[in-house]
Amino acid sequence: MRSPIQHSTFNIEHSTFRFVLPLITSAIILAIWAIAVKLSGTKIFPSPAAVAKAIASLSEKSLLWRYIGDSLARVFAGYLAAIAVGIPIGFLMGWHAPLARAINPLIQMLRPISPLAWMPVAVIWFGVSNAAPIFLIFLASLFPIIVAAMNGVRNVPPMYLQAGRNFGLSTRQLMIRVVAPAVLPRIIVGLRLAFGIAWVVLVAAEMIAVDSGLGYLIIDARNAGKRYDLVVAGMLMIGVIGLLLDTGIRRVEEWIGKN
Amino acid sequence: MKVQFADVSMRFGAMEVLQHVTIGVEEGEFLCIVGPSGCGKSTLLNIAGGFLAPVAGSVTIDGETVTAPDRRRIFVFQERGVFPWLTVEGNIGFGLFDMPEEARRQRVAQYIQLVGLDGFEKAYPRELSGGMKQRVEVARALAVNPDVLFLDEPFGALDSITRLQMRSELLRIWRAERKTVLFVTHDIEESVQLADRVVVMSARPGRIRRVVDIDIAHPRDLSSTRYIELRDLIFGEIGLAHQV
Repeated sequence: MRSPIQHSTFNIEHSTFRFVLPLITSAIILAIWAIAVKLSGTKIFPSPAAVAKAIASLSEKSLLWRYIGDSLARVFAGYLAAIAVGIPIGFLMGWHAPLARAINPLIQMLRPISPLAWMPVAVIWFGVSNAAPIFLIFLASLFPIIVAAMNGVRNVPPMYLQAGRNFGLSTRQLMIRVVAPAVLPRIIVGLRLAFGIAWVVLVAAEMIAVDSGLGYLIIDARNAGKRYDLVVAGMLMIGVIGLLLDTGIRRVEEWIGKN
Repeated sequence: MKVQFADVSMRFGAMEVLQHVTIGVEEGEFLCIVGPSGCGKSTLLNIAGGFLAPVAGSVTIDGETVTAPDRRRIFVFQERGVFPWLTVEGNIGFGLFDMPEEARRQRVAQYIQLVGLDGFEKAYPRELSGGMKQRVEVARALAVNPDVLFLDEPFGALDSITRLQMRSELLRIWRAERKTVLFVTHDIEESVQLADRVVVMSARPGRIRRVVDIDIAHPRDLSSTRYIELRDLIFGEIGLAHQV
């Protein structure tokens, strides 16, 4: 609960301030960037105007939209696969302590390995295909999802389980009617973190085996003719889309928290 | 006898928790179990509820040995047992999943009224006070029409004024529904206010020290000589001088 005093005196959360402040910050950063490029006289690093022009030309050729679409499709494919695999595994590990003891060390060992390190393996397994980058994104988001689901199930208050059993629920019913709703808030947080990681891994994933997408745009623009205006344009697009998606997931999180 | 504890003993690892507990509970009786904390009184209730198996002895209800939890006997915790993701209605109807929609609605409405939560049907537990959450839990238990209620320090987390109100509420409900009640508490006053009989347990390993009949008609006058006599008897039995 926010105190009513904050609301009545200086309403920073719900006023236009909320949008104006970040806009001012962005304008200042852009100005510094533009001046720095001008003063240094660099021929390689692009000015904000050059990046804007690059984005405009990309979107004119509708290349930008195709790349964004391809990147989103890959991230979602890998991420949804990680959800489909990770949540059941996490549930099982949270429910059966011996299973967690058996598998958890392996998961904790695999978790710190950067998805970049998996690139050669992904190419061997999936060849030059869309499946290779999807696999990398899948791997990157899988472990945080498993861990969130496992910890969620482990931390369901024992009273809820006892009450559920007392009312005659079978294990399956207990899972659906008690465990699932009890862990949902924690899992949603885990899913948001996992999505953040999946999106970060995109560039690395698109370094291999594909010829479209925002990650590919960056790699290709650098390799083919040092087009740094396109590199920065790709970076900006990844940042902006990441922000939008994160905001969207937070909305879902808040909505679920309220209901 | 509705509930019969026959020579129940319990151990957790090397720790003896209960020793040779034997007591019968009559149908419709309100039995309180008091004792110092850690004396095994909650364990005794969990054994009766079918959540723990004793290392020796048995509990029978209606002549059947208890081996697992059962909807005919519901366990009530402190108010933390209510499901935060369900509304008051959803919580109270939780155990009625195999009932037809219309009958369930009526049953839920009936118990919302019994515990005095009219108008809060759609409220979530976080919007309710501790006392109201406790009412939800009691109503959720009663709604499945159990014949035994196990209450494990149900009012322990409530403030003292709410606790007093909840006790008279519980007595009113108990008179209306005529359930057999086993009520665990460490509050001696509470036991003398509520129970037909009070089982006084020793410190761990828990044994029954004494069973005290509370022969005072309801509503009980908390300043009557008999009330004070019985209360002091139990205080003395637990080894507490009633002085601060």
